[in-house]
Amino acid sequence: MSAFRVHGKGRVNHGRKVGFRFDGTPFEGLEGDTVASALLAHGVHLMGRSFKYHRPRGPVTAGSEEPNALIETRRGIDRSEGRVEPNTRATMAELREGLEAVSQNRWPSLGFDVGAVNDGFHKLLPAGFYYKTFMWPKSFWDKVYEPFIRAAAGLGRSPDAPDPDSYASRYLHTDVLVVGGGPAGLAAARAAAEAGLRVTLVDESSEIGGSLLSEPDVVIDGTPAWDWLAGEVAALAALGVKLMPRTTAIGYYHQNMIGLVERVTDHLAEPDPALPRERLWRVRARQVVLAQGALEKPLIFDGNDRPGVMLAGSAQTYLNRYGVRVGQTAVVVTSHDSAWSAAFDLAAVGTSIAAIVDTRAELREDLLGRAHALGIEVLRGHTVTGTAGRLRVSAITVNPVQSGAVGAGRNIACDCVLMSGGWTPTLHLFSHTQGKLEWDEEGKTFLPFETREDCQIAGAGRGLWGIEAALADGSAMGARAAEALGARVLARSHAVERDRTGSGVAKKELPTLKDLTSTRAFVDFQNDVTAKDLRLAVREGMRSIEHVKRYTTNGMATDQGKMSNINGLIIAADALGKPAPQVGLTTFRPPYTPTSFGALCGYHRGDHFDLTRKTPIDPWAEAQGAVFEPVGQWRRARYFPKPGEDMDTAVARECLTTRSAVGMFDASTLGKIEIVGPDAAAFLERMYTNPWSKLAPDRCRYGLLLGEDGFIRDDGVIARLAQDRFHVTTTTGGAARVLAMMEDYLQTEWPHLKVWLTSVTEQWATIALNGPKARALLEPFVEGLDLTPEAFPHMANGTCTVAGFPARLWRVSFTGELGFEINVPARHGRELWEILWQAGQAHGVCAYGTETMHVLRAEKGYIIVGQDTDGTVTPQDAGLGWAIGKAKPDFVGKRSLSRPDMLVESRKQLVGLLTEDHSKLEEGAQIVLDPSQPIPMKMVGHVTSSYHSQALGRPIALALVEGGFGRMGDLVHVPMEDRTLAARITGTVFLDPAGDRLKM
Amino acid sequence: MLLITCPYCQETLPEAEFVYAGEAHIARPEDPSQVSDEAWRDFLFIRTNPKGPHFERWRHLHGCGRFFNAVRDTVSDRFLTTYKAGEPKPDLATLTGEAK
Repeated sequence: MSAFRVHGKGRVNHGRKVGFRFDGTPFEGLEGDTVASALLAHGVHLMGRSFKYHRPRGPVTAGSEEPNALIETRRGIDRSEGRVEPNTRATMAELREGLEAVSQNRWPSLGFDVGAVNDGFHKLLPAGFYYKTFMWPKSFWDKVYEPFIRAAAGLGRSPDAPDPDSYASRYLHTDVLVVGGGPAGLAAARAAAEAGLRVTLVDESSEIGGSLLSEPDVVIDGTPAWDWLAGEVAALAALGVKLMPRTTAIGYYHQNMIGLVERVTDHLAEPDPALPRERLWRVRARQVVLAQGALEKPLIFDGNDRPGVMLAGSAQTYLNRYGVRVGQTAVVVTSHDSAWSAAFDLAAVGTSIAAIVDTRAELREDLLGRAHALGIEVLRGHTVTGTAGRLRVSAITVNPVQSGAVGAGRNIACDCVLMSGGWTPTLHLFSHTQGKLEWDEEGKTFLPFETREDCQIAGAGRGLWGIEAALADGSAMGARAAEALGARVLARSHAVERDRTGSGVAKKELPTLKDLTSTRAFVDFQNDVTAKDLRLAVREGMRSIEHVKRYTTNGMATDQGKMSNINGLIIAADALGKPAPQVGLTTFRPPYTPTSFGALCGYHRGDHFDLTRKTPIDPWAEAQGAVFEPVGQWRRARYFPKPGEDMDTAVARECLTTRSAVGMFDASTLGKIEIVGPDAAAFLERMYTNPWSKLAPDRCRYGLLLGEDGFIRDDGVIARLAQDRFHVTTTTGGAARVLAMMEDYLQTEWPHLKVWLTSVTEQWATIALNGPKARALLEPFVEGLDLTPEAFPHMANGTCTVAGFPARLWRVSFTGELGFEINVPARHGRELWEILWQAGQAHGVCAYGTETMHVLRAEKGYIIVGQDTDGTVTPQDAGLGWAIGKAKPDFVGKRSLSRPDMLVESRKQLVGLLTEDHSKLEEGAQIVLDPSQPIPMKMVGHVTSSYHSQALGRPIALALVEGGFGRMGDLVHVPMEDRTLAARITGTVFLDPAGDRLKM
Repeated sequence: MLLITCPYCQETLPEAEFVYAGEAHIARPEDPSQVSDEAWRDFLFIRTNPKGPHFERWRHLHGCGRFFNAVRDTVSDRFLTTYKAGEPKPDLATLTGEAK
C-alpha cells in the first residue's frame, strides 16, 4: 500500500496493481490512476522543471489545464523512438502496465538540474529579456545568439523517427452535440435525447461524469452521486446517445462544425495494432450545448509554484476520484468557499489541516462552524508572503492584513498548500465562435454573452455554481436546443443534498511585505511569467493586453493560459489603472488542448499525402529504369539512363539520337479539352489570341491563351477535327485551370454560345515521335492516311488507325525535328508504345524524358509557360507577337495589350544568352549590365532556362531582360557567388532558324 | 467550414465542394476596344473589398460545375443568400434585415 493511498476510496480499482517506471524507478499504481495520481500516491510531487528558470515543479491541477507536470512517455508495446510523446500532461496520462515516463527539461537529473542556475539569475531574465539582450551587435545573431537560444529553448524533446501509428478521420452528423460530461452536460444530453433527437456527448476525461467524479458524497434525487451517475449514463446509452469519453473538442468552427480528437489506444497496455491511435472527428451539429464547466484559478503569491502547492479542487479530485491524499500536513489558502470543502474532505481521511488561510475577513458561519468542529485553525483576512522548501514545499509564511497593511508573518510547517483563487468559466470554444463576452464584476470574470452560432452554454461555463444549479441549467439548455430544432421536452430539475455551493472574491497578487522585485509570484506557470513581469511590461509601455501577453509570453504556453489569463488580466488592468473589461481578454484559438500532428494529418501521409497521376505508358518507363520527376500531380519520366549513365550523359545521348534518328516521348500528360458545338470556332476566337474560324478541319495551330490582364496563361496545339469540333491541348499543369477559365467565360460572359467543353486528358494516350526517321518508323503502321510530306505537311491532323488502333494523328513538333503526335484511346497507349518501340529498334530509336524535351525545345526557342514566363509576360515580351490575330476585334486579354505599361520598350523581354566562356548559367540567376557597380546592383532580368546543348556543343540559355530586344549582341553579366559570368544577348532560336528540319 | 447553398442543385453543402471566384456583378465590357485605359484598369483590378455584405461569385466545382452569385457578410462569414448567375442583385436592406 502506497503511503498516501486511502484504502477503499476513489474510482480506482484497489485490487488491480499496475507497474510503471518514472525516471527509471519502478512504481506501482492502480487501475484507473493517471501518472500524476499514481506518483502522488507515493508522495512524489516533483515531476518536472520549469521552462525558463528550471524551477522544480509538481502537478498543480488534476486535469487537462496542467502547466507543470509535463513528462515524456513512450507508447505501445515496443516504446520505439517514433512513439515518444513529449509534454504529456501527467494529470491526463492514464496509467497502463509497463508505462515508461521520463521527466523533462532537466540535466543531469530531476533532483539536481544544472539549468536551475537560471533561477538564481532571475533578476537578469525579466520580461522582454530576449528583445533587450540579443539586439546587437547584429552580426552576433547567426553565430552566437540564435544557436544559444535554440539550445536553451523548447520544452521536451521532439522524436526524430517517423510515427509508426495510424490515425483515422471520421465525419459525424448529429442533432445536438454536448461538450462536457459533467452534471450540466449529462442533463442537457438527457433532455435532448428525450425529445427524440440524435445526441452526442463528449468528454475529454477517461470517464463521463465531470465534477461528479470528485463529489461522491453528493446525493441526487435521493441517490448517491456515483450511483446516480451510473444510472444516468446507462439511461443515455439506452436512449441512443453516442457517448464519447477520452474525446476532446479541440475547436469550434463555422456553422457548428466542431473538431473532436478521440484518443483510442494511448491508455491500453497492449493495443490492437489494427486500431488507430487517435481519431479526428469533424462533427456538424444542428445545435451545440457547451457544458465545459469552470477552471480553478491559482492565487498569486511568492513561491506559489513549489511542488506541493496545488489547486484545492484538484487535491479534492485526487482524494475523491483517485483515493490519494496529496500530503500529510496541508495549509489551505483561499479567497473562495470551495477550498473549504477540500480541507474538510482531506481532514476526514487523516491529513492534518494546519490552517485555513482566507484572504476575506467575512466568512460563512457554517464553514467556520465546521472548521471549528474539526479543530482546524482559521486565519481570516490573511495573506501569504512566501513559501519554503527546495524540491517540495516545507513551510508557508502567513501574515494578517488590516486596512491594507500587512502585519508580521508567521511560519506554518506543511508539505502541501491547497490554494483557490476562485473559478473561471471555460470560454475557449465559445470564444472560437467569435462569441461576445461580458464582464461579471462580482465574479471578476468574463461570462459568455452572445454568439451567432446555434449554441447554448450551460452550467459553470456561464458562471453557475453548484451541482443542483448545473443540473437544472443543463436540462433547460438541452430543452432549449431541442426546441430550436422543433422538438418539445420539459426541462427537469433535481433535488441535490450536500451540494457545495459557494462564492468568493477575485484577487490580484496577494499583498506582501517584501519588495515586489524580489518576489516570485507566478501567474503563468508553464512559461514562468510572474506578476512582476506583467507590471514591468506595463511600465515599459505595453498598453494593449495583446502586447502585454506577447511581451511577457503570459498565456502563450501549450496550456493557452487556462490558469493564467484572468489573473494576468486583473494584474495588467491594475497596473494600467483601468477596469478589467476595458483592458479586455486575449483571444482563445483552437486547439483547446495540444493536438498531435498525426490526428490532423489522418490518412494524408506517405503515399496518401497527395495523389500521383500516372500515364498508361508509365509502367513501361518504370520497367526501363526511368528516373521520374513530379510535374503537377503527374509522375513523368525525366530521363532513361542506360547502365553507367548519369543524367547529363543520358540526356546528351537522348538529344543526339532524337536529332539524328528518332526519339519516343510520352506526351499523355498534356491537358486535353474537346470543344464541340456550332459556336466552337467562335468561342476559340474569343478565348485564344489566334484566329480559328478559317482553320481547315484537317489542320492544327499553336494556340496562345492570355488572362484578361494580357499576360500569358497557357499555350498548346489545337487541332480542328471538324467544323464544330476542336481538340485543344494545354500545358500539363494548366489543364484544370484552363478548363475552369473557359467554363467561366462560357457560363457567365457568353452563355448564348452553343459550345460544350469536355476534359479528355485521361481519355487519350499521346505518343510523340520526333526525329528524321520518325516517318519511316510510323508509316508502316498507319492505315487511312497518306503520310507523305505533300499530303500530310507540318501542322496537319487526320484520323486513321495506327497498328490497328483508332488514332488522331497530328504532324506537330516541340523539338524542331520532323514530328508526329499519335493520340489513341488510353487503354491502347501502352500496347502501341511497345509496338513502336520494337519496330523502332531497326531505326535506332530511343525513349526520351522531360529533361531532353526541355533541351530540344530550348534549342528552338520554344517557351514553356511558367518557366520562361511568370505571369507578367505578354505575347510581345515572349516574342510571340506573330500568334496574335491582328484582325480580330476582341479576345481575352486583347484590350490590356494596348495599356500604356504594356507598350514601353523597357519591359522584360525573352532573349537568348550565350556565355563567353562556355560555362552553363544557373536558372534563376540575376542579370546586371555593369558588374562593377556597387552593391546592391540594379538587376535587369533573370535566366529562365539553361541547358547544355548537344547539338550546338555548348550551353545555351533563355532569359527575361529589360529592353532585351534592343540589346542584341550586347554583353550582360551574371554575378554568381564565386565569379561573374559574361554572356552575350542573342535571339531565342539557336538551331535551324529557317525550320528546314520540320519540313522533311 | 462554411455551408453553401447551390442555387442550381438546391442543396446546402460543405464549402469543400465549392471554389471562390472573385467579386460578382463585374461584367466584361461588350466592346473592350471602346473602353478608356482608366475604365479598363478599374474593370481589371479595382474591387470593393467591403466590411460587411459582399457580392461574390462561387462555383460548385465538385458538384454541378455551375458559377453562381452570393452575398456573404465578410465580418460574420455568413452567406446571406445565393442566386443564379444572370439574376439581378438582391436588395441588401431586405437581406440584412432578415439576417438580424
